Amino acid sequence: MGLIERFFKEPRWGVHPDDHKRPAADAPLRMLPPPARLYMPLHQHVGGAARPIVLVGQKVLKGELLADAQGNISAPIHAPVSGTISAIGEVTAPHPSGLGFAAITIDNDFAGRWIETDPVSDPFALAPEEIARRTGKAGVVGLGGATFPAAIKFALGKRLQVGTLIVNGGECEPYLSSDDRIMRDHADQVIDGARIVMHAIGAREALVGIEDNKPEAIAAMRIAAAPFPEVKIRPVPARYPMGSDKQLIQTLTGKEVPADARAAEVGVLVHNVSTCAAVHKAIRLGQPLVERIVTLNGGAVKTPGNLFVPLGTLVDELLDFVGRVATPARLILGGPMMGTPLLHGRIPLVKGASGILAFDAQEALIPAAGPCIRCGSCTRACPMGLLPIEMAAHIRAGDLDGAVGFHLSDCISCGCCAYVCPSHIPLVQYFSHAKGELMTKERAKLRSEATRRLAEARVERVERETREKAAAAARRKAERDAAKAKTAAAALATTPVTQVEGEIA
Amino acid sequence: MLIAVGSLAVMGLALGGVLGVAARYLAVEENPIEAELQAMLPGSQCGQCGFVGCAQAAVALAKHEAPVTLCPPGGKALAVALAAKLGIKADLSGVADTGPQLATVAEEICTGCCRCLKVCPTDAIIGAAKQIHNVIREACTGCGACVERCPTEAMTMVPVPITLQHWVWPKPVVAVA
Repeated sequence: MGLIERFFKEPRWGVHPDDHKRPAADAPLRMLPPPARLYMPLHQHVGGAARPIVLVGQKVLKGELLADAQGNISAPIHAPVSGTISAIGEVTAPHPSGLGFAAITIDNDFAGRWIETDPVSDPFALAPEEIARRTGKAGVVGLGGATFPAAIKFALGKRLQVGTLIVNGGECEPYLSSDDRIMRDHADQVIDGARIVMHAIGAREALVGIEDNKPEAIAAMRIAAAPFPEVKIRPVPARYPMGSDKQLIQTLTGKEVPADARAAEVGVLVHNVSTCAAVHKAIRLGQPLVERIVTLNGGAVKTPGNLFVPLGTLVDELLDFVGRVATPARLILGGPMMGTPLLHGRIPLVKGASGILAFDAQEALIPAAGPCIRCGSCTRACPMGLLPIEMAAHIRAGDLDGAVGFHLSDCISCGCCAYVCPSHIPLVQYFSHAKGELMTKERAKLRSEATRRLAEARVERVERETREKAAAAARRKAERDAAKAKTAAAALATTPVTQVEGEIA
Repeated sequence: MLIAVGSLAVMGLALGGVLGVAARYLAVEENPIEAELQAMLPGSQCGQCGFVGCAQAAVALAKHEAPVTLCPPGGKALAVALAAKLGIKADLSGVADTGPQLATVAEEICTGCCRCLKVCPTDAIIGAAKQIHNVIREACTGCGACVERCPTEAMTMVPVPITLQHWVWPKPVVAVA
């Protein structure tokens, strides 16, 4: 019976790569001594970049606000150490293009002095809106990698009356173990954070989904969640991409999120375990998000493991601390399936960085792509039920609209298709290219519409100005004429009087 | 036989009459492709094509009286799109494609003469007399009308900078077997 149950329960989608999580996951958490200089990027989240509110030369304390949120969707940035602002300029972004973005440079004074915090002893007495406000002010964003501002998600969950909070402890990407580590070492923080989030969104229950390849984390979380019956620990089968919200929701609740819809619309909201721990710190301790756990792993790392590091630390400094076996052949921010390739190590750590992978030559090897043999492996692996084979063929031929017809917009770029492809075709790159091109097209369309409106507004303005000028000229002429008529009338009126006076005299 | 000829003749006359009436009452006043072409053009009415505005250019394009390469701000991408829409093959050899461009003000040369802002078709330049002018990037269409008007050559066209938000993964290079 067990076998049959297992056969039916095991998801049919996805892949099962070697997880490479141990020994890094089992190594105890280490603290990185804060470096002498840190670079705090202004754009570490989805939405608008933060607006700097500090000046060069200014002294700041740890946790002090450096840049404020700007726009509807944005998050503030805080100082990860105490020290002096030495520059506000460009640094290389953790992005495949290697382009730069704005960052605030802080010279560490090694005093480690925190700004005065405002802890809350009983968050459940606070209004849900107040929890969202405090979380937003603390700069908490989704730490699983999506970096969506958490407070905005709270408001969404509250508005759509979400009944279930799903706490994502899937961490399905190979090599990474930062979520595993936070569940093992700080299970109480995660559970407390999850309960605060439940209060903020008005959820009745929380389901913590943890892949069954992390038995230590499951045990630790079960102990921490024991006093709270509304928080349920649910081990899920280890299968990539279980940590993707749509797949985790389906596995835990049986509900499928429709295309072009958000998870909240099926009555659930997903938050990562690390985000929950950050919410706990933001509310209970009043501490903004300035530090996180990062996995350092890969064949080129001498002592793989998890580090507790201040944000804004350079990747090179992390690698110096853990040691290199060889010069890394490739650096990746995030996991090997969906992570971002880094061109060099002089890139600061951002809020969404769950891991830094330094691969040796053998791990970094990319086999040459061959022609598609139409085996259909990618179709079987796709967790979204798409046809990668057809989408890639259309994109290769330059027919982007054809690819959209095969629901390119539902692709989550998880990389399962490219992983199983026997011809090693870079399928995800095709999809990323097409999504980028389509977005560029969409932006151009919006732009030309805006241009047209501007041009029409100008024509209207020029016409109005000519009209107004003509009207003003006519008015002035009328005034002049009136004045002339008045003086003439006055002259007429005065003459007879003198005549009369003359006559009297 | 007479009946057959007669009935066909009557039918022909009747249906011809219907078509004649329909042609008069259901006539399309504007070639529908003109509106579609106009929607594709930038709409800034910069006049670099030699027509008064984009609408007139669209009319000429629809009649195949103007080349698809007529629009400098649209560049190569627009020429290709127009050719596809009109179903003709575009001769792109004459198009010097610099990619999308933006006007910028060299602040140390600008004298604040206000001439550029009067010719900008989208009011993208802000400034006042004897004040340094500036270009609102979001509103600039890159038509280059201001460059010709500037007496001190402070206005130049620069390529639109590629930012993290605009960068697109390159298409994988397919090895030809």
